[in-house]
Amino acid sequence: MMSDKYPLADDGQSRRRFLKVLAGTAGALIVGIPLIGATAEAADAPFPLSMLGDTLYGLGAYVRIDADGKVLIGARDPDTGTGVATALPRIIAEELDADWAQVTVTGLGLGVENSNEQPRWTYGRQIGGTGDSIPAAWNDLRQAGALARWLLLQAAARQWGLPAERLHTDNGQVVSPDGRRLGFGGLAQAAAKIAPPSQAVPTKAPNLYRLIGQPVGDVDAYAMVTGQAQFAIDQNRGDALVALLVRCPWPDGTLDGFDANEAKAIKGVVDVIALKPEPNQPLGATVYAPAVAVVAENTWLALQARAKLKVNWKPGASQGESSAVLEQQATDLINDKDQAPAARVRDDGDVVAANKKAARRLEAVYVQPWLAHATAEPMNCMARIDNDHATLIVPTQAPQRAWAVVQRLTGLKPEQIDIQVPRVGGGYGRRLDHDYVAEAVMLAKAVKKPVRLLWTRDDDLTHDYYRSASVTKISAALDHKRSILSWNQRVASASALVGRGVQDQRLWTSEVDANQLPAGLVPNYRCDWYGLNSSMPRGPARGMPQLSNAFAVESFVDEMAHMLKENPLDTRLRLLGEPRQIPLQGGGTLDTGRLINVLKLVADRIDWSRWLRTFNGLGIASWYVNGAYVAHAVEASLQGQKLNIERVVCAVDVGRVINPMGLEGQITGATNDALSTALNLAITYKEGQIQQRNLKDYALASMAQLPDNIETIIVPGEDRPPTGASFLAMPTAAPALANAVFRVSAVRVRKLPLMRELLRML
Amino acid sequence: MAVPVQAQGAPPSPSGSGTIAPEKVREGIDLDINGERFRHTGDPKMPLLWYLRDVLQLTGTKYAGEHGSGNGADLVLVNGKLTPAIGVTLEELLGKEGKSEKIAKVVTVEGLADATGKLHPLQQAFIDEDAIGCGYCTPGWLMASKDLLDRKHNPSEDDIDQLPNLCRCGCQTRVRRAIKRAASVIGGNK
Repeated sequence: MMSDKYPLADDGQSRRRFLKVLAGTAGALIVGIPLIGATAEAADAPFPLSMLGDTLYGLGAYVRIDADGKVLIGARDPDTGTGVATALPRIIAEELDADWAQVTVTGLGLGVENSNEQPRWTYGRQIGGTGDSIPAAWNDLRQAGALARWLLLQAAARQWGLPAERLHTDNGQVVSPDGRRLGFGGLAQAAAKIAPPSQAVPTKAPNLYRLIGQPVGDVDAYAMVTGQAQFAIDQNRGDALVALLVRCPWPDGTLDGFDANEAKAIKGVVDVIALKPEPNQPLGATVYAPAVAVVAENTWLALQARAKLKVNWKPGASQGESSAVLEQQATDLINDKDQAPAARVRDDGDVVAANKKAARRLEAVYVQPWLAHATAEPMNCMARIDNDHATLIVPTQAPQRAWAVVQRLTGLKPEQIDIQVPRVGGGYGRRLDHDYVAEAVMLAKAVKKPVRLLWTRDDDLTHDYYRSASVTKISAALDHKRSILSWNQRVASASALVGRGVQDQRLWTSEVDANQLPAGLVPNYRCDWYGLNSSMPRGPARGMPQLSNAFAVESFVDEMAHMLKENPLDTRLRLLGEPRQIPLQGGGTLDTGRLINVLKLVADRIDWSRWLRTFNGLGIASWYVNGAYVAHAVEASLQGQKLNIERVVCAVDVGRVINPMGLEGQITGATNDALSTALNLAITYKEGQIQQRNLKDYALASMAQLPDNIETIIVPGEDRPPTGASFLAMPTAAPALANAVFRVSAVRVRKLPLMRELLRML
Repeated sequence: MAVPVQAQGAPPSPSGSGTIAPEKVREGIDLDINGERFRHTGDPKMPLLWYLRDVLQLTGTKYAGEHGSGNGADLVLVNGKLTPAIGVTLEELLGKEGKSEKIAKVVTVEGLADATGKLHPLQQAFIDEDAIGCGYCTPGWLMASKDLLDRKHNPSEDDIDQLPNLCRCGCQTRVRRAIKRAASVIGGNK
């Protein structure tokens, strides 16, 4: 192949364009006028205003207003499909009292300044997909909008010679008592020169909200449906070279030589470079595994060259491991009564004494598989590393962590590192780690040219920070009145926190929640965690640890109802008892009334009174997640071996809702994700090697497998602060489904994925 | 390299001072992409996906995974047929005669709107239903839905079930609503 057929512009012009676009975007959008400095010197702001036209005025780090009234609002947290790029600017726009039709949202890259050679994060927290973007924004971004509005009011007050207290704002205008109006655009220049107050300004009274609580579509929808939206993987700038890696199939293996002659013989292949993890770095902060990279002029060349590489690997100890053996070890561990747990997570009352009074007992074991993240957009990263500057385009959930990786590998000063974050094609926790950033930086340094790193689908599935399998055993003792005397839960899994600088006694925190139900509802409650050893790298995953624990607990409650010959909704309501506040370990309370409410809402909607007589199966489950409440009801039918999910209803109580349309999308989305995961998905490994290499092996649910519709009920919550919802609907979908499957098939699925187990047992 | 096919008798460039030798006609594979003509003069075995993304920088068509095992984010229409862009090479687009007389017509997500920029009813319906998760696989859903509505103006639930796309965000519920909305808009226009 002729490389000159693909002149990816080695000329100076495209190199300059690369710099300009990158630096331009960074300079214009990222560097807002610092709030404190927004005084007279604002006109001499150290950023090229010309990049966005010459009539833009900054009103704090998040807001800019053009002379014609157009408002630019920055979205600080990466949007991985969670809707925060819409919701966060809506919060600011509400407090600003902006006309949403005049608002343009721009994703902010990392905001970092040099503060005595340490990074100072100019936008505060910047992290996405962890369920707390909206609660955090509620605490600080309202103030950003309110401050900008305050400045505009002061500017109008000066112009009219009226006290600011007598003015108000209305949809992008300041209004005087006699009805005169001044648009924000005309006031912006003067407002930007006014010194901000020393104290926080008051925020809007909620009864005046015009945007918060009203549905609005994704701010990037037009760009998405026209193909204009540029993800990191799409950013093909200037003369960047494409890098593809062959990674060691064993995470603890080593490189045992390679032959790159054939790969290098392909014209357009620039270099072949070996990489290896840096010693003593936590997982996710350095490259994933020993690897050999090909760097070429375009993707097609790199793919061909990678196929020609001959690499020898030496396996590590993980070669002796398999997921099947680990599952057996876990089962043995939780069945061995003499085995002390790695952590006694919670021990209320006296489980042992209560057991002796049991009239009835129930015990069940639930087995859940390893899972991968399987983001739609595979890992990738664009990196340009110069002597005094680094520019990266990173599909990350945590740009500050990405910065730390770049800083360590380059030694650059805080302000010399520019991290840009476009919309991100799914995160689910995978992009809280930055092994791919380390790879891109090392390669860009080695070839001294901009590099765009691509992971192919099989790279992505076979080199993930997986969610560990788990085996959960629940034993309950009941009295003759059907009340639960004791609940004893034993969970065995490989902690996601191993290798991440977490103390041994805290390793359980990624695996179980000390407040997970029915803790606090039963007088004698114990939860033990048993740690498994595994060489498979692990990391944060969506819905963790609620997902696996809710499946076990909410299935078990259903089994208990069956043993008691009781309607499972009644069993749940009996367990919850009178509405009350249950104190949570670590602070806060769980409101059982809100949990009862969401349970009843889904039961009513699906017409639960049919539970006994319908030929279809009805299943139900509820859960509590970080201040929010969720319940699912599922109706399923079985035709031969074909499982149909006929209806799904989900009710959530998240407190105040910022964007009902976004929330509905998160609920339907997470429900589908949870159903897909429960129905089909499992990662397995043999001889230390991951067996699933593509989306046929790791078969996300097809359209046909998923329900035609998901009905959502959103509990009004204006009197409470908002909570996050990006994985709220994950934990209850699978147990509600399994419970429905039990009703329709009499098969109790205690092992996931569900379809495999159901077909085995039918 | 992609070179827009020059119209016959195009005026010489005004920028040069001396005489300009006419460029030699380059052998290659002619393609019609979203109504524009391109000639690919590079490796004929290059998959269409990388030609679109790396050469033309039409990045709406995404990398989905290897042929037959991805998430459908690379779906495009080739001569009206729904095709994963990674699964077809440029030489396969030459046509059976091996000549470029029958030029393959490729439509990507960038070509869904009409020439005036008016969105296709499906694009508008995806916006109206907010049928976007992370948005990465959205172009693939749009192309598969377009193919479906081209074949069946009023698709049943079972027809929609046959879409090959996968999505971890779980946008399927809203995609289904959007397809029905678009179908009724198209039906209403007839």
